[in-house]
Amino acid sequence: MAKMTYIKAITSGLDQVLGDDPKTLIFGEDVGKNGGVFRTTVGLQDKYGEDRVFDTPLAESGILGLAIGLSLTGWRPIPEIQFMGFTFEAMDGIVGQLARDHYRFGGQKNFPVTVRTPFGGGTHTAEMHADNLENYFVSTPGLRVVTPANPYDAKGLVISAVESDDPVLFMENLKLYRSMKDEVPDEKYTVPLDSAKVVREGTDITLVAYSAEVNEALTAADALAKDNISAEVIDLRSLSPIDTDTIYASIDKTHKVVVIQEAQRMAGVGAVVASDIAEDKIMSLDAPIGRVAAPDSVYPFAQAENDWIPNADDIEAKAREIFNY
Amino acid sequence: MANGSKQIVDFAKIKATMADPYKHPVQVIDREGKVVDPDTLAKYSDDQLVDFMKKMVWERTLHEQTMNFSRQGRLGFYAPTAGEEASEMGSVTAFKKQDFLLPAYRDLPQMIQHGTTVAKGFLWSKGHVEGNQHENPNMMFPQIIIGAQYVETAGVALGIKKNGDEDRVAFVYTGDGGTSQGDWYEGVNFTSAYQAPAVFFVQNNGWAISVPRYQQTAAETLAQKAVAMGVPSVQVDGMDIVAVHEVSKAAREFAAAGNGPVVIETLTYRYGAHSSAGDDPSRYRTDEETKPWFDADPLIRMRKVLTDKGVWSQDQEDKLVEEYKDEFKSAMKDAEAAPAQKVSDFLKWTYNVPTPAVKKQIAEFEAKESK
Repeated sequence: MAKMTYIKAITSGLDQVLGDDPKTLIFGEDVGKNGGVFRTTVGLQDKYGEDRVFDTPLAESGILGLAIGLSLTGWRPIPEIQFMGFTFEAMDGIVGQLARDHYRFGGQKNFPVTVRTPFGGGTHTAEMHADNLENYFVSTPGLRVVTPANPYDAKGLVISAVESDDPVLFMENLKLYRSMKDEVPDEKYTVPLDSAKVVREGTDITLVAYSAEVNEALTAADALAKDNISAEVIDLRSLSPIDTDTIYASIDKTHKVVVIQEAQRMAGVGAVVASDIAEDKIMSLDAPIGRVAAPDSVYPFAQAENDWIPNADDIEAKAREIFNY
Repeated sequence: MANGSKQIVDFAKIKATMADPYKHPVQVIDREGKVVDPDTLAKYSDDQLVDFMKKMVWERTLHEQTMNFSRQGRLGFYAPTAGEEASEMGSVTAFKKQDFLLPAYRDLPQMIQHGTTVAKGFLWSKGHVEGNQHENPNMMFPQIIIGAQYVETAGVALGIKKNGDEDRVAFVYTGDGGTSQGDWYEGVNFTSAYQAPAVFFVQNNGWAISVPRYQQTAAETLAQKAVAMGVPSVQVDGMDIVAVHEVSKAAREFAAAGNGPVVIETLTYRYGAHSSAGDDPSRYRTDEETKPWFDADPLIRMRKVLTDKGVWSQDQEDKLVEEYKDEFKSAMKDAEAAPAQKVSDFLKWTYNVPTPAVKKQIAEFEAKESK
């Protein structure tokens, strides 16, 4: 077991699947010799050769076309879209084609594609790079959407995503790439694609978050603990489907919940979670469902993003409000 | 720069001559039915030529029968193919069963030739999933988002190359309007960048619904677009089945030998409406404009060549038409006998491993469906 960053854990998972299955392929802009603009695929071309890990021309729709066509000829593609903001260029490929093709064939053919893409704010990237675009994808039947919040889950989830015969959008958080380290086993292990995880147990209020906001929620939970408010923190890990069982079990214990996301509030993942809770668990709640989200502006220019992204203070304040309702 | 001095580059000349290499459509039989390339024609036995004619009569009859079915309300979306028989039958017959076909919505006749049934074609039109389940697995379903079939072709061709499959290529169709899509360029360019085996057909039938070919681009030919991606290309008389077949065969051989992709522009015409779904061509084109194309009909010229050779008669053709009509009517009965589709099946096909919500919905619909 070694201490590994989030990004190294992803590289380790990719190394594992390339080694295990000769039909897996990694491709995208700069993923070959350069090892990706963030170095997520570093060393993999040297190890597995240019046939397995290769660069593409600069065109995201073409990259998705490659992934679909390669699936049709027996391959297990792992394309990278360099930044999530660039997925708009591949929207037909991901949403119009890939997510529907198993269905369109009446189940006869599989499209075991894992689209990896970095997202999320707080690293002062250029415009259109940091957007939280998960809302567009979680409303797509046929597509699974997962996003790890720590190095251990990053490795286990990327392996599960690649091994899944369903197409998976694997969202990697830019801010987490190098900001945290965890014990990560060297050997292969998987994290299930459709399960949330209780990352801190508590009895007074449930905080549901995903990706970088899990860390913010944990910080908020520490602050709340000082006033003897015991917060349970749930990391969704999968945004489609959402593991409501884990959330509901927690609510049955705490009877209060705050749903947190980094993305804008409008039509977000948090809205889906809140509506599920309202539909199935309202009688178990002692207070309204709290929500923490970014405001409904366009993703902000880099200098203002830290004022815009919800942080631990915002979560703590909302949790106190709901706790004291 | 002073008036009259020589410019460092003559853009006017470049513009005037850039299409020159692409403006010579390959032709074997001209519109009058005269053989202009006897050497090429001599490569084909009478039986082969008769087979070409039979396939065109088959496709024309399929077109007419589907128009009848549409009027009777027995088909859904259907894209008429009359006028494009030489382009479609001449090309598809140059490929082998192991080749991978990526069709668009006007390419059902090629799909049937490549390995699905007429009944499945009708089921596709009627909106039934069985229409997408083909006997020959080397086939995509008809693409609706024009351009997507081009980028997917790049992946199929690269997959073939990576598999080391010998004597195998991808082949794909779009129309003149399709060449305006960004995906058209991305698909041809990716395939070329990887030197993967594919043949890209552009069936230039003059119209993208109501927008004429000349409004799609200032390029004089669509074939010349390929040069930007480093891909060889050619225009072919798309009303001449022998020319289309010969060019397609050469393209397939070139691509299968590891030389990268080829683009073929077939010059053809859409006699009918864009689709059976309410398009009225009289809104955007005149009889005066369409008449020369009807005169260039691929069946007329082939009929003349075969009649001159003494291997074809009107009587024979009339009988064939009746046979084909019976075939299509029986296919329609098969299509109409297909089991009703169930929403629970739609849900089952959405994921390989159903999500908890979908599982619940499957149970709900199965309960409803068993009532």
